Amino acid sequence: MLTKRIIPCLDVRQGRVTKGVKFQNNVDLGDPVEMAARYYDQGCDELVFYDITASAEGRPIDIDMVRAVARAIRIPFAVGGGISDLADMSRVLLAGAEKVSVNSLAVRNPNIIADGAKAFGSQCIVLGMDPVAVNKPAQCPSGYEITVRGFREHTGLDALDWARRAVDLGAGEIVVNSVDADGTRQGFELRLTRLIAEAVGVPVVASGGAGSPQHLIDVFNTAHADAAIIAGMIHTGDYQLPAIKDALTQAGVPVRRHW
Amino acid sequence: MIAIVDYRAGNLTSVLLACQALGAEALITQDPAAIRDAERIIFPGVGAAGAAMASLRTLGLEAPIRDSIRRGVPFLGICVGTQILLGRSEEDGGVDCLAIIPGEVKLFRPPSRADKVPQIGWNSVMQHRTHPLFDGIADASEFYFVHSYYPAPTDRTWVLGETDYAGVRFASVLGRDNVVATQFHTEKSGRLGLRLLQNFLSWKPSVHGGSPC
Repeated sequence: MLTKRIIPCLDVRQGRVTKGVKFQNNVDLGDPVEMAARYYDQGCDELVFYDITASAEGRPIDIDMVRAVARAIRIPFAVGGGISDLADMSRVLLAGAEKVSVNSLAVRNPNIIADGAKAFGSQCIVLGMDPVAVNKPAQCPSGYEITVRGFREHTGLDALDWARRAVDLGAGEIVVNSVDADGTRQGFELRLTRLIAEAVGVPVVASGGAGSPQHLIDVFNTAHADAAIIAGMIHTGDYQLPAIKDALTQAGVPVRRHW
Repeated sequence: MIAIVDYRAGNLTSVLLACQALGAEALITQDPAAIRDAERIIFPGVGAAGAAMASLRTLGLEAPIRDSIRRGVPFLGICVGTQILLGRSEEDGGVDCLAIIPGEVKLFRPPSRADKVPQIGWNSVMQHRTHPLFDGIADASEFYFVHSYYPAPTDRTWVLGETDYAGVRFASVLGRDNVVATQFHTEKSGRLGLRLLQNFLSWKPSVHGGSPC
């Protein structure tokens, strides 16, 4: 049986992993390569790195970091932030990343999804989206609007429409990061996750709000996510991956047990 | 020397890094002579079967690959590299492939929308036979899959391991004589994937075939 993936997320700022709430109050958590190796040892299924200041500062991705991660771990990882064109995608993939994640770039230029999928295959192209709950029935009938630039800017795009369009363009996976739940550790936005997961034929990765194993059980069992991103709950040491997987197994959620 | 065959079917960085992690001397190559001289061949690939077969032929690599397989050189197929070892693929409106393994490659047609296509993620491999490739790897261990099509060999003696997805039990590891092939990405499947690769690199196919268990 295909297992549900647990994906630690590492937000990298100036070569260090940081964690903040809604992009504020960032604290230093450690070295990205060391943390990747540790989570790999503990049985994470995949990793995602966001070079979170790259796009605001107009800097390219730190390709040496991508290379170092690729040497340190033997599982898939995605890189997002700071990707501005096909050449950037190619550099990241050739450095050893399995996937690239586009977010603001795809909103500005949706064709980058199609171009990336054609050049590298849909399985390499992840659409990241940051939807926020809104009450704008005419413009955003799903009840969620896409934001960009670290939630600062509303785009007028309906989250469900955008997800469907991205899949039509060739996105192989969608990361749904709830602005409202992000950093709260109060649980995933289940309604939003389920809405997208049931509407598209590609895997949906839930993001934002993971604070306990029960939150993961909920997002898999009731919102039908295919994978879930976790950050603060393991970065702080409050939970360890093996114990999280034990809790999921006991709740009947299939997870990878051999590593 | 180990040849990692580059036939413009995807990114080979991970395969090379996995070989390097095992201390193996491997070379990514499109050179027919290098492939003929190789002691072992890794035949990876992602993307579409039609494009993969076309580029294999354009590069003049079909003959050296067939020749190496015939001469008994240990050969490992991965993902699309595995799929094009079969006779035919349903992909791209139907593609004739290498026919090293009798059978075809079929599209997942899930009975429920809950099973997404492609399959992306870690799934169990049930070991159907004992084989040196599985040394040190527990039955039902999970490996990393990314694929929309699956191998359906007509000759069951090729099946070494099986996996359940989208309502079918498909052959996720195949092998006979000096050829082994995985549908999953062993190079991205953590320590157990690395162990399988190491098992391939130390495998001496002349002394061991598969035996039913």
